[in-house]
Amino acid sequence: MTVYIIQRVMRMIPLLFLLSLIAFLIIQLPPGDYLTEHINALRASGRDVDEAEVERLMKQYALDRPMHVQYLTWIQNILLKGSFGQSFQWGRPVNEVIGDKMALTFLLAILTTIFVWTISVPIGIYVSVRQYTFTDYLFTMIGFIGLAVPGFLLAMVVMYFSFAWFGLKVGGLFSPAFELEPWSIAKFQNMLTRIWVPVLILGIGGTAHIIRIMRATMLDELRKQYVTVARSKGLSEFAVLMNYPVRIAINPLISSLGFLLPWIISGGTVVEIVLNLPTAAVVLYRALLSQDMFLAGSFILLVGTLALVGSLLADIALAAVDPRIRFGSVEEM
Amino acid sequence: MASDQNGAGARETLLEIRDLKTHFALEEGTVRAVDGVDLDVRRRQVVGVVGESGCGKSMTAMSIMRLIPPPGQIVEGEIRFHRPFDDRTDAADIVDLAQFESNDRQLRDIRGNQISMVFQEPMTALSPVRTVGKQITEAILLHQDVNKAEARDIAIETLARVKMPNPEQRFDDYPFQLSGGMRQRAVIAMALACRPQLLIADEPTTALDVTTEAQILDLMRELQAESDMSILYITHNLGVVAEMAEDVVVMYLGKVVERTDVDSIFYNPKHPYTRGLLNSIPRLEDVLQDKREKLNAIEGMVPSPYQRLQGCSFHPRCPDFMPGVCDEAEPQLIQLEEGHAVRCHLYT
Repeated sequence: MTVYIIQRVMRMIPLLFLLSLIAFLIIQLPPGDYLTEHINALRASGRDVDEAEVERLMKQYALDRPMHVQYLTWIQNILLKGSFGQSFQWGRPVNEVIGDKMALTFLLAILTTIFVWTISVPIGIYVSVRQYTFTDYLFTMIGFIGLAVPGFLLAMVVMYFSFAWFGLKVGGLFSPAFELEPWSIAKFQNMLTRIWVPVLILGIGGTAHIIRIMRATMLDELRKQYVTVARSKGLSEFAVLMNYPVRIAINPLISSLGFLLPWIISGGTVVEIVLNLPTAAVVLYRALLSQDMFLAGSFILLVGTLALVGSLLADIALAAVDPRIRFGSVEEM
Repeated sequence: MASDQNGAGARETLLEIRDLKTHFALEEGTVRAVDGVDLDVRRRQVVGVVGESGCGKSMTAMSIMRLIPPPGQIVEGEIRFHRPFDDRTDAADIVDLAQFESNDRQLRDIRGNQISMVFQEPMTALSPVRTVGKQITEAILLHQDVNKAEARDIAIETLARVKMPNPEQRFDDYPFQLSGGMRQRAVIAMALACRPQLLIADEPTTALDVTTEAQILDLMRELQAESDMSILYITHNLGVVAEMAEDVVVMYLGKVVERTDVDSIFYNPKHPYTRGLLNSIPRLEDVLQDKREKLNAIEGMVPSPYQRLQGCSFHPRCPDFMPGVCDEAEPQLIQLEEGHAVRCHLYT
């Protein structure tokens, strides 16, 4: 197992390097950068530009140098100083801007996953043992509706009805009173009363997906002889299901856990914009629009890294539950 | 039944199957997988069930275990199991397994405990993600009043009984770490862990190579001899029947066509189908003396399972076909002599 984990971590290093390169290329692709845009805008409006300040920023981020030097400067600052650079748009270091956004996104991702799994895994198991019955078709239909309705539309509908019927404003993660407050227990509690709306809306699409996966893999496993053998021991049907087919059918889901965060960030952006959530996806979207290159680049790098770490953790979890993977890696050595 | 006097003296009946019918209602029609089977197993007896693929022998076994896959259903008949002597009721208790719901509590108490089954494919009979030991102790913990440590001891002892090398280490192994023969030993150990009265073996050696097959057959004979267990041995291999069984039941298309002791099957077969089966075994002397170039086969194919034939179901392939008789009325099982019954118009 240890060998497997070390092997797996080693394999991540070249991937991380590639990721940083791609993140950097993406933010360099559009012509111009935030600084020149900014200076041009100031000049056009006839205002004075502090040449010294511009000079200093240019130097610090090597903006006047060739691209590979810019990349090296950027990555050096991250690796050696832990500094992701300056967000021009926010006028603050990227680290500050990202910090709690990332934490909130994480929280949202975890809560959504818990919600999706607690609903869809039991339903997936249930419909697999009731294949082609009314319940199976019913959940399939509900699932596909959930999959087909765009999240942002659902978000707007929920917002409209909660306001029209209950007078509730469900947008945002905090009540206006807490919006700008520093973190406190009261603010956290306030958040918990509101976070279920995005969790519900973001989760519904994923629910159908997981039900289908669970149902399909369960149907594959239920056909196998070891299930009949387990029944022949006299186990109750519930014990048979839980200890045998489910143990194996759950594996594809565990391995998909690694892509959770990228999924919330890329798939949930529109929903989060509609719901006015202070999450990473929204910040990334704005940073890309305004060519705030260090902010955008750092985000892409961070999200990519988290995806890699996520799939590492998912692989380790998978190895923990499936001995075939554990022993397979040992035999390779 | 008259067959009570057969074999090694009168022994108590353990299992009586009467007119068992297990049908599958499919869109294409009803498949009569088991269509009126009568079968008896007495204590400490090995009964062989032979027939081609699709003759209903496995479904008979699955019906006893009540593990028929849907949409299969027992539509008629009784499976009377004589449970062992019970201290509380002071009597051997007879239950009709066909009467239970397939997930019934009482049925589950018998399954894996008093009746257990060894399946055909040792490669897929064990879950790949749980240790061999876990899968064996499960049944022990379920049916016996023991704690985990005691269950482990029983499991290791059972693994030793089935001659698993290094049972202590194998206990913590995963199935994919074992060879085919070792897996089948593990599966047999799993079935024997609760010391059942009846072991149903559904072609337990078909997937194994010949050497391993011989070892497993030896093992099963030994295990049967040292305990007072009965075995219902299902196979298509007459050689295995000759080695294992005392009584033999020959099945064709869901029906028992001949039932007798093992010697009569080989030296005095009555039903044309049984004769055909025996004839299709290549004989070493014939091959050595170049007497035969081709293998003998029974003419024709097993008819489509949806088809329901008028008269005897074997008549289209039968060498002794009597027009106007065999394709008209269905023959009944006729008692020819003590313990020898046949379902054929030749004997009416």
